[in-house]
Amino acid sequence: MTSAPASASARTVLSSGLTAPKPIFDWFFALAGLSVLAVAVRAIYFTPMEALQGAAQKIYYIHVPSALGAYIAVGITALTSVVYLWLHDERADRLAEASAEVALVFITVVLTTGPIWAHKIWGAWWVWWDMRLTFTLFLWFIVAAYLVLRDGIEDPAMRGRYGAVLAILGALLIPFIHLSVYLFSARLHPMPVVLKPDKPSLPPEMLTTFLLAFVAFTLLCFALIRARYRIAVQRDLVTAFEGDGGSR
Amino acid sequence: MSRARAPGTFGAAWLVARKDLAIEFRTRTAFFSALVFAVLALCIFYFAWDESIIAPAQRAPGVLWVVLAFSALLGLQRSFSIEEHDRGIDALLVSPISRESIYLGKAIGNLLFLCAIQLITIPALALFYNLPIGRPLMVVTAIVLLAMIGIVAVGTLFSAMAVNTRLAELLLPMLSLPFFVPILMNAAQATTRVLGDRPLAESWPWLKILIAFDLVFVVACTLAFPFTLEE
Amino acid sequence: MFPTCPAVEASRVRRTFGRRRAVDGVDLSLYAGECLALFGPNGAGKTTLLRLVAGLLKPTSGSVRVCGHSLREDASARAHVGLISHQSMLYRALTPRENVEFAARLYGIPDPRAAALNALERMRILDRADAPVRALSRGLQQRVSIARSIVHEPSVVLLDEPYTGLDAAGGAALTDMLQLLRSSGAALILVTHNVDEGLGVASHAAVMLDGKIVRHDDCATVEPRTYIAQYRELVLRGAEHESSFDVEATA
Repeated sequence: MTSAPASASARTVLSSGLTAPKPIFDWFFALAGLSVLAVAVRAIYFTPMEALQGAAQKIYYIHVPSALGAYIAVGITALTSVVYLWLHDERADRLAEASAEVALVFITVVLTTGPIWAHKIWGAWWVWWDMRLTFTLFLWFIVAAYLVLRDGIEDPAMRGRYGAVLAILGALLIPFIHLSVYLFSARLHPMPVVLKPDKPSLPPEMLTTFLLAFVAFTLLCFALIRARYRIAVQRDLVTAFEGDGGSR
Repeated sequence: MSRARAPGTFGAAWLVARKDLAIEFRTRTAFFSALVFAVLALCIFYFAWDESIIAPAQRAPGVLWVVLAFSALLGLQRSFSIEEHDRGIDALLVSPISRESIYLGKAIGNLLFLCAIQLITIPALALFYNLPIGRPLMVVTAIVLLAMIGIVAVGTLFSAMAVNTRLAELLLPMLSLPFFVPILMNAAQATTRVLGDRPLAESWPWLKILIAFDLVFVVACTLAFPFTLEE
Repeated sequence: MFPTCPAVEASRVRRTFGRRRAVDGVDLSLYAGECLALFGPNGAGKTTLLRLVAGLLKPTSGSVRVCGHSLREDASARAHVGLISHQSMLYRALTPRENVEFAARLYGIPDPRAAALNALERMRILDRADAPVRALSRGLQQRVSIARSIVHEPSVVLLDEPYTGLDAAGGAALTDMLQLLRSSGAALILVTHNVDEGLGVASHAAVMLDGKIVRHDDCATVEPRTYIAQYRELVLRGAEHESSFDVEATA
């Protein structure tokens, strides 16, 4: 069903919509990337080593800020899901999708840096009683389920709706997971008092590095979400073009 | 035209549940598959450990809850697939009954189905793992019932969603298992204590979370169900 | 006995799926005792329109009312509607009697068993009432499906290509059923590809193309052969017509 007039108008849209895409690696992303790099340099070379743990402690400058980035991204997914169910705005759905993917990346970083540090310090790869780590593990499964669910649905409206339902139920689940893991770990070990890297009595250089790391990773989180959002926009434009061109 | 009054929410739910159970009773395939799976899994788990190192009675709680989780998934799969076959769901949606009663009916049907399976699985567990028959086992049965409510609440909703996707059979476990985690964790901890002859009060913190989970998710899933329908 | 408000009233009903306008501004009024035959090529939006009237879909804009009620807002008003669609909506493991009885209970019919038997008898399938639906042929299943849809004596019956798969006896039973429903005051919307058959049972005929009703006639004023020729012309012309194409950028 591709008569000549249809393809001419299609070409017009193609040229106006997609020949001049906004660059993905723009200034915000570059800034975020540079700041992460800068913090890494500072953490490795310009921050004193922690007395008890040695060099391995420096992994925490990635581990904890990544966790923060993960929680921010997950929070954005949950909030935009509520907005989508309420307003049916597909922008909210795209944002939910973008944040979820970024969240998965950050959570994976947390789950890989955690064991590396744990092995150096505790001699065990996985420490079940580290509440944040275990909690983050279950978060990975929930976010992965969200993305797999979205991937299994073709209709965009249904995808948005189902994704939103899962995101909201997932948000409800989180306190239960937290409580369950807490009960479980409190029974086995008291919460570790020593070796908490974010206690307030850190020497100032370490504290500064931490704060800078938090800022850098938060910037990276937003930059990645923004970039991924743009990809979603362009993908949706292409789908719409393919869907409308020559039919109905 | 005779003025008929459509049944209320729970009446309609019970109708739907009865219909599902009638279908299940007629075919019986799903029931036997899930049952055989559960009992077989109990046996396989027995051989996974050396009984001289860990006593069977000590492994029993963990094994029970793993087996329950997976046999529940088998049972939940069929929940909405029968509606999808010839679009029986459309007939339900066109009728005057509420969307919520469709969900509740399915959930009640699933609950009865799963409880029937557990009524055989639990004695099988006692048999193979040499558990004493007595009050502790009764309490464990009650904990299983409590846990089944949560499992069914979440599983029924995800079954409704999964049936509309590609790879429905893979998606249901992926969606449901993260939600089963708090149920299984708390129920298993409580079961361990109960079977270890500890007083029930010791298990209370875990049971509290289980009850709270059931309450929150029965309500949340009932409210979420209409969003899973195309409208 | 026949109420004055329209049995089915659609006012500028529109339904979009993403960017596709399946139903694009339809106005319709159908009164008790009337039967509207709805013709149109595949993808014209006929099934979507039917589902909108049945309350299965929510209009994107505009309104649909059945006997003055909006089925989306008033669930009990759904008792006025019976739907017969492509799929049988039956449970194969159960018998026809059980299927129809279940439907009767859903609608709160006082004596569901008797109502079910009555409906099965009217569709001439009573002799097979106790064999599982799975054992019946497609045509017989269709009869059971119709019995299920009218057991609650709806005032509006929506039929989506009901003659498909029916043999002569089944088709005759269906036509008799439709005449009976009409004379007891029901309004019918019949979607069909078979223009001859449609014109034979209907009081009104409409053609749907690209989500719009492009032609609406009173069957009494229509000569079947001329109508069929004009209908073919309309459909062929519509197939050549380029579809409008707009991408709403909401990014």
